[in-house]
This record gives sequence, C-alpha cells and structure tokens, in this order.
Amino acid sequence: MSTLEPIQVGLSNALLAPERPLPPGVITWNGSDPSVRFDVYRNNVVVSLTTALAEGFPVTRALVGERFFAAMARCFIADHLPSSPILSDYGDALPDFIAAFPPAQGLSYLPDLARLERARVQAYHAADAPALTAQDLACQLANPQRLSAARLALHPACIVLVSEHAIVSLWAAHQGQGRIEDVDLRRAESALVLRDGDAVLVLPLSLEIGHFLVALAAGAPLGEAAEIAAAAGPDVDLTQAIVLLIHYGGIAAWHTPGDL
Amino acid sequence: MTTKSPTTIAVGIGLKAEHMPDIIADDTALDFVEVHAENYMVSGGPALRQLTRVRDRFALSIHGVGLSIGGAAPLDQEHLDRLAALLQRFEPAWFSEHLAWSSHGGACYNDLLPLPYNPATLVHVCDQIDVVQERLGRRLLLENPSTYIEFATSSMDEGAFLAEVATRTGCGLLLDVNNAYISAVNHGRDPWDLIVALPPAAVGEIHLAGFAEDRDAVGDRLLIDTHGAPIAEAVWDFYRRTLRHLGSRPTLIERDQAIPPLAVLVAEAQRARSAWVDAAAWTEAAS
Repeated sequence: MSTLEPIQVGLSNALLAPERPLPPGVITWNGSDPSVRFDVYRNNVVVSLTTALAEGFPVTRALVGERFFAAMARCFIADHLPSSPILSDYGDALPDFIAAFPPAQGLSYLPDLARLERARVQAYHAADAPALTAQDLACQLANPQRLSAARLALHPACIVLVSEHAIVSLWAAHQGQGRIEDVDLRRAESALVLRDGDAVLVLPLSLEIGHFLVALAAGAPLGEAAEIAAAAGPDVDLTQAIVLLIHYGGIAAWHTPGDL
Repeated sequence: MTTKSPTTIAVGIGLKAEHMPDIIADDTALDFVEVHAENYMVSGGPALRQLTRVRDRFALSIHGVGLSIGGAAPLDQEHLDRLAALLQRFEPAWFSEHLAWSSHGGACYNDLLPLPYNPATLVHVCDQIDVVQERLGRRLLLENPSTYIEFATSSMDEGAFLAEVATRTGCGLLLDVNNAYISAVNHGRDPWDLIVALPPAAVGEIHLAGFAEDRDAVGDRLLIDTHGAPIAEAVWDFYRRTLRHLGSRPTLIERDQAIPPLAVLVAEAQRARSAWVDAAAWTEAAS
C-alpha cells in the first residue's frame, strides 16, 4: 500500500549485495551511475556494524588480526543484521558464528573467548540490583542442614562461563597481565564475570566451581549443584565459591524452602 | 522594527563515552551536550550513572538514530517505549530524530537512508511523527539528512518538505548545516534554498560536523558525512550566514569518528560562539 515499501525493499536488498541492481527510480542530478553513490550507504552499513563488533570483541579482533576480523564481521553481518538499533545488544550470535566459521576452525578457543568478551559487555550494561551481604546471609549460612535445599539468584551483572580453554589467561594477557606466549591454551579455565563499581572484572574459576556456579545460576539447589561440581573433578571448595560471590555482591536473592 | 539580537548562543558537543570522565571532572565551557538515545537504552550499570552526573551539570539533548521515522512499516512500539522511558528518566532539553529510514523487515541497517519527497511520503512521515509526539508527550526536532542519491518520484524540495512536516505536525527542526551543505553539493543545488525554505521559528537546534570528499562516477564532487573531521571552512561560512538569517540557535559540534581530545571539540564549540558574535554584530550593523 505504501509507495515507500518497494523502494525500501529494493534498497535493503542492494545494501549488503553490491552486485544487486538498485530499484528503478534512483537517480542522480548529473546522470552519473547511482550505484557508485549508493556505495556510500553500503559502506556505512558494513563499516559501522564492523566497528560496533570490534568495540565489543577487542581481544577476539587482536587474536585474529584486523583484516581477518573485518572479513569475518562482513560474513556475520550479512547473516545477522541487528534486530534492534541498540548496538550494545549486537553480537550475541557472534561466538556461535565463529564456532561454525570454517576459516576459524583452527582456533578452538576463539568462540569461548568471544563469549567471555560478550559477557563483559552484558555485565557492564546489566540491570542494577541490590546484592545480599554476608550479614544478610548469616542466618542462612549458620543453618547447614537447610543449605542443600537452598536456591540462589545471581546478580544480573554476574555471568559464569565454563570453558575447556584458557580463556581467562588469554584475555588477561591482552590486558597486560601475563605474557601471551606463556598461556597454556589447553588448560581449562572457567570465568566469573561481574561488575565492581564502574569496572567489569573477569575472575578465573576452576572447572568444578564453574560447573557449580552454572548450575546455581540455572536455579539448581545448592546440594544438586554441589553434586554436579563433584562429578566434574576434585577441586570443590564450595565455601570459597560462595564467599567469592558474596564478596563481589554476586548474590541477588537466596531462597530456602519453608521461608516465608 | 528590529529586535535586539540575543547576546549569547548555547554551544555543545556530541558526547562520546571516551570523553565521559573528562567532562564530568573538568570545568568545561559548554552549555549542553548531546548523546545518542540508543547508547543509553541499557538495563543499568555505569553508563546510566555517568549520564545522570552529566545531566546534573549540563543541559542535555537526546538524539535518536534508530527510530526509522521514514520506514515504510509502522514504528517499532518497543523502541518507542524504550525512548519514552529514557526521556522520562533524563528529561532532556531537546529530543531529535532524523528524516530518514534505518530499519526494514525487522533488520536494522545502522545508517540513515533517504526518502523520496512527495505528497505520499509527506503524509506517511507526518503520521509517524504524530505517533512519536503523542507517545513521548513532547515536541520532536526533525533533522535534515545528508543524502547521496535522489528519486524520480520526488516532487518536492527538501526544504519545502521539512517546512510542511513542521507545519502539519507542530514538530521542530534540527538544522544540520553540514548536511544541508553536503546534500546541496551532492545534488547540484544551492544549500541556501533549504535554509530559506524552513520556517525560522521551527528551527530549534543546529548541528555542525566535518565531511570527507570523494568523486562520483563522472568525477563530480561527492561529499560524505563522516563526522570524522574538523568542520570545513565552507560550512563555517554557511553557518554564519545561517545565523544572520535565523538568529541565535543552540549549536552542537558532532564528531563520531577519529575522535580527538575533548579540548579540540570544545575549541570548535567556542568557534561557534564566536561565529554568533560576528553574526550578531553584522545583523546590528545592517539594521
């Protein structure tokens, strides 16, 4: 019904496909080829979205190099245009895209590293919420027989990632902490990403604690999460994990069955 | 029957995240700052806290880049809701958006794409602006775009189109002097035609920025609105002429690429202040 619709369909189709002709009716004052002028728009779309991705995934970009990243971003953009104009939400699908991107197949750690970077952006912009303090939780923790049935809700800015790769060391080496050549890529490192004031921290976790916190974040009771952690390996200092969460304000709620 | 020119002009800059700490800490000689609405459509965290602190010190302008007012489809209600919440939270002095489209079929292109100017588009754009102003409960300033192509179905000049939108909807206009200059060069027109077509009372804000220069397929100048360079001298001249015609208007320096230190942008804002002094003196002398 709208006369704008066919023009916008035609221009949209031509934006990401330079080989596609422009819709009829696109003109220039001097009779020059409008497609050459339309390249300004084509370039704006790809460059601005590539820039947005590069800002959210700086270490991923540093690891593969600027040219590889730009080429990969171009493929990603063609398949995954943003669904909203809020660019801080753009890039959720990039880690899975990297995992399936044939030229990145040799870099098995890259999708998880990208997930870590994405988690940092999400943590930075996550909702503000009060966190429970050690004092708030004192009576819960003093009641060991009821602990195993307790469920807790992580703070919205608290994200746990389990990885079989050394993503925390790799990321830290790009922040000037440690040398990249010293990173043992085969070491499994999980991560706790959280907000501390205006900063976003990336804390290393053992695989076991990573599984423990993932289970808690998914709503499992403490006892069940502890079993999951124990099945993952021997390093299961759960008290330390809970203390860590409390210290960084990572617990938003604590429910024990029977509580009012 | 001349009215005495106001002695001051409000100047500001587009605020980038990298300048946040400096602008909060320093005693910056700016009257207002402008931020992109979409950069603050987040659930929580430091960005909103910082904007609150900025809002405490400067008048704020919120500039939307993603509403797609010229989109063929109805406006994205979810986005409009987010916008309403943001404006309610920060109560900016001005809210502006673009005469352009940026989304289609559920995909966002993150660029401001051009519209044919004709009576059918006019009705559609006015309907959309009515929806926006109704939902937000406030006046929108609509910005003239920089464009690189035109349409055979256009039957109105950009200036006449904008003037008619302002008259029909009651919206204000954000006159981007750089965009006016770019589009005029790109389409072989006189940029002054746009300025004189606009109802002066509707113009609520002016934008200034830098462009890059290329050539089209026959070798004619093609100016590209990069926001990545200092403002061109030709645009400063055009701005002074515009001020003599319109009078004092809040003026904003935009820089979104190759972002220099804050002091460089503040110096450009001060130059806008000086331009007003020159223009006011000229107007006094001529009256």
